[in-house]
Amino acid sequence: MELALTPPAPLLKRLSWFDWLFAVLAAAGGLIALARYGDYMDVYDKGILLAAIPSLAALGWFWKPFRPLLLGVGALSLLALGQYGGDLGRMEQAFLLKYLISSQAAIMWMCAMFALATLAYWAGMLARSGFTMKTGSALTWAAVTFGWVGLMVRWYESYLIGADIGHIPVSNLYEVFVLFCLITAMMYLYYEARYQTRQMGAFVLLVIAAAVGFILWYTFDRGAHEIQPLVPALNSWWMKLHVPANFIGYGGFSVAAMLGAAYLLVARGILASRLPKLEVIDDVMYKAIAIGFAFFTIATILGAMWAAEAWGGYWSWDPKETWALIVWLNYAAWLHIRLVKGLRGAMLAWWALVGLFITTFAFLGVNMFLSGLHSYGTL
Amino acid sequence: MNTASHSFGRSVFELLSSMRFAISLLSILAVASIVGTVLKQAEPYGNYIIQFGPFWFEVFEKLGLYDIYHAGWFLLILAFLVISTSVCIWRNAPNFVRDMKSFRENVGEQSLNAFKHRYAAMTAREPEALAADAQRYLEGRGYKVRRVSREEGMLLAAKAGSWNRLGYFLAHSAIVMICIGGLMDGNLVFKVQQLLGTKKIETRDIPQSQVPAISRLSPSNPSFRGSVQIPEGSSADVVFLNVADGYLVQDLPFTVGLKAFRIEHYSTGQPKSFESDVELFDASGKQVREATIAVNHPLIHDGIAIYQASFADGGTRLNLQGWNLLSPQATPFPVNGTIHQKATLTSGAGDYTLEFIDFRPFNVENMGGEIESSRDTMSVLGGSPVSDKRHLRNVGPSFQYKLRDSRGQAREFSNYMLPLELDGRWYLMSGVRETSSEGFRYLRMPLDAEGRIGTFMRLRGALLDTALRPEIVARFAHTALAQDARGSEMEERLKFSATQVLALFAEGGFQSLGAFIEQNVPEAEREKAAGTYLRILELAAFEALHIANRQAGLPPPQADDATGWFVRDTLNSVSDLFVYGAPIYLQLLQYDEVKASGLQLTRSPGKNVVYLGSLLLTLGVFFMLYVRERRVWVRVKPGHALLAMSSAKHTIDFDTEFAQHAQALDSLAK
Ligand code: HEM
Repeated sequence: MELALTPPAPLLKRLSWFDWLFAVLAAAGGLIALARYGDYMDVYDKGILLAAIPSLAALGWFWKPFRPLLLGVGALSLLALGQYGGDLGRMEQAFLLKYLISSQAAIMWMCAMFALATLAYWAGMLARSGFTMKTGSALTWAAVTFGWVGLMVRWYESYLIGADIGHIPVSNLYEVFVLFCLITAMMYLYYEARYQTRQMGAFVLLVIAAAVGFILWYTFDRGAHEIQPLVPALNSWWMKLHVPANFIGYGGFSVAAMLGAAYLLVARGILASRLPKLEVIDDVMYKAIAIGFAFFTIATILGAMWAAEAWGGYWSWDPKETWALIVWLNYAAWLHIRLVKGLRGAMLAWWALVGLFITTFAFLGVNMFLSGLHSYGTL
Repeated sequence: MNTASHSFGRSVFELLSSMRFAISLLSILAVASIVGTVLKQAEPYGNYIIQFGPFWFEVFEKLGLYDIYHAGWFLLILAFLVISTSVCIWRNAPNFVRDMKSFRENVGEQSLNAFKHRYAAMTAREPEALAADAQRYLEGRGYKVRRVSREEGMLLAAKAGSWNRLGYFLAHSAIVMICIGGLMDGNLVFKVQQLLGTKKIETRDIPQSQVPAISRLSPSNPSFRGSVQIPEGSSADVVFLNVADGYLVQDLPFTVGLKAFRIEHYSTGQPKSFESDVELFDASGKQVREATIAVNHPLIHDGIAIYQASFADGGTRLNLQGWNLLSPQATPFPVNGTIHQKATLTSGAGDYTLEFIDFRPFNVENMGGEIESSRDTMSVLGGSPVSDKRHLRNVGPSFQYKLRDSRGQAREFSNYMLPLELDGRWYLMSGVRETSSEGFRYLRMPLDAEGRIGTFMRLRGALLDTALRPEIVARFAHTALAQDARGSEMEERLKFSATQVLALFAEGGFQSLGAFIEQNVPEAEREKAAGTYLRILELAAFEALHIANRQAGLPPPQADDATGWFVRDTLNSVSDLFVYGAPIYLQLLQYDEVKASGLQLTRSPGKNVVYLGSLLLTLGVFFMLYVRERRVWVRVKPGHALLAMSSAKHTIDFDTEFAQHAQALDSLAK
């Protein structure tokens, strides 16, 4: 009881020895990477890498489960690098690489785990089985681990193909879809722990499963998983900031949309007893859109700055830019509606759900249907 | 009256600053923006006319749909957004500022009792003591607390997260800033000048030096974004701004010279970098700057940024030889050409104009046939991410030209400089097409053992040459028949049909042979007849090759497979010549490449305003979304204490925190 009275200790006092160990390891990893691969980076890349160290440490301190995740991903990635030993051919020979942690193998494992997780969450929710949903979370964590390992290894592989071809794997639709799955899943996992409820997983995993479906089709039908060298316009350190920021935005909006769907069902009494209370869903929906909006704002600004350097103008009204603005305005409006008394609940849920279609078009539709600078027509 | 107008102004103010209006604006702006992404912007007006027809073209032009983001009505929406946001700030500023400062320590008892979040606790403690503890507790939780004594007790008024309000100011004034910055870089000045008639768009296609002053913008123009194409070795002191269906000429305060333009390629053939080595000269012609510009690495010189935007051929000089495909002679004639220029040709079939369109030093072609989808090579894991580029090969330079006859009819050709190996044999390829919409159909001309097309041309000549025909036929019959059959009327018949076959072929290739068979041979025997005719043609062609070689003073051809294939390929190729649609074939011997670099030059004074605005926007949004503004009051009286809590935004965190405070109050009250 008295506990309630003692004021919370300042952050640094609250940190455990593991927190510190984690920070040290993160720093070590970053600095070793800098030492080993520094020659491949320009001054900005180095700046980004150094800035990443405190950011990762902070994220680990703020969201504890991130620490084992990062360490696990780091360890597995290093294992994979070791297995390669600078020889791309090992991909086909080394058992571990071929079946587990070469980029492609790891990403396919990620897909499988996400699919299973989706089933587990649904089964668990429908059968009201806490254990089954727990399995869902476990699978999701595993998927996230594999996904990150896949991307890290892919990064390394790209340099094995050719020093000039190597680049961070956020450069084409295939790679960013993987990134999208990972970020969305991690956001969900955070809320799951924060709100002590796994029931929303069934809905959030749906959008991830859809993305996984796309990845598989894209791989098997189009061979999109092949690592292609960067077109000159993309060959810039801005990409390392702009793209991930964008996908935090997309991730947040997707989570919100799925919760919007859940909200509408519950409001109609469907699955009501199996899903969290309306207030909870609404609250998570707001939080997801808030984080999404914040990062999408940053991403758009970074995009403008990059455009100023690559295309000679911070704003050219090219379709991708314009649709980014449309998405942004849409969620700005959403946030405002929330502040206006009366307009709440179902209305906002619908809006969030529709928002996903707008976002998806901005993300996919533009590349597929509209031509513009983002299709690198001129260069 | 006065009051009426006053109340009217009042309600406009209300409307503009209302959140609902803001939401409508944001939505309208979003919807309006969509149009410009669906309808391709700033195309040549011709395209639009074709697309929509004259009537709708007019309508859409009036609506400014071809440059929607600079259309008056679009700017008006933006203006409203700016006004609305400013008014909104103006309106909220006083309360928000007061809000941030004040502790609201003078709330009345009953209003506290009316709070949704309130909690009452019994206590036996001294009001002062309890209040002091509560204050310590709240301060421990990051609240700013003000303690005032009220009748028979105390009141604590506490607040936290006032920065949320600050965030509102930052974010919303940022919106205004960004829009203003954008306007500074927009073409508003020109629009005004256009209205006043002091400037007008140039639509004629004339050398820029002849563009009149009314369509030129002075170097002092505060903001522009234009582009120019500079061939290697030359320079430019203007850029072109495309506006509507025309352009403006922007004079530059300096001259840009292009020393060289480079494209580097990855091992896979894709372009890796585009770089221009440029020099800048001031008005007096003195070099003031020398630099290399690349994509993502612009050069900035006195407030003007220079970007690598595109590239093209800058007038490559071609050293060609032409082969007259109609005449039996097989002697080439020299032709010199320059890309983007024209040349006239006089041939037996009348005059032609050659229009040299483009030159490509590299052609990465897919020689592996269909790129095998990774499905074939794929394990369950989707195969290796290492893409297989073996089927891609650089087949060397090619050049494109149009051949326009006296009636203005043109065909487009694309000829490769180097021979290509197909099914183990070497050919020179020449592509042809009627319209740029279709793909090229290729003529394959076989090369002789020395890798030249001379033999092909000579054999072609011999086959077309009526004068040679008797000798060809004679040789043919001679070798075809056994000793005893010679001189019989069997030989006559053979000679007759050989002559006929050659004549038909010389008229229109296999097509006319086919047509002939259609007409004169009964259905049942066509198959067989075609076979025989083909055989005759091939043997006769072999004899023709003998003669052609002899005339060229070359040794007779061996009767081997290679020659057999060569003859067959020649026949196919000659037959194709009848649909090739040009009297000449242009063979590229040498070239002297001149590239041109497309540069974009911009001066945008608004940029920094926009960037500053963006920074404020980011900060503001984070404050608004992540700093939770809360207020707590604790009214302590002898016997009992009342806790009340409020926030502008109600979230679950808020409920949990309230629960904590209530719990704390309980234990303090003990
Ligand atoms: C592009 C334009 C705008 C953007 C991006 C924008 C963005 C935002 C954001 C993100 C919030 C915070 C929402 C939240 O706390 O959940 C907000 C709040 C608010 N906005 Fe806007 N806004 C814009 C235009 C306007 C306009 C035109 C008005 C005036 C009518 C306005 C009035 C408000 C008000 C009164 C708040 C509440 C502030 C608070 O209580 O903390 N906004 N805005």
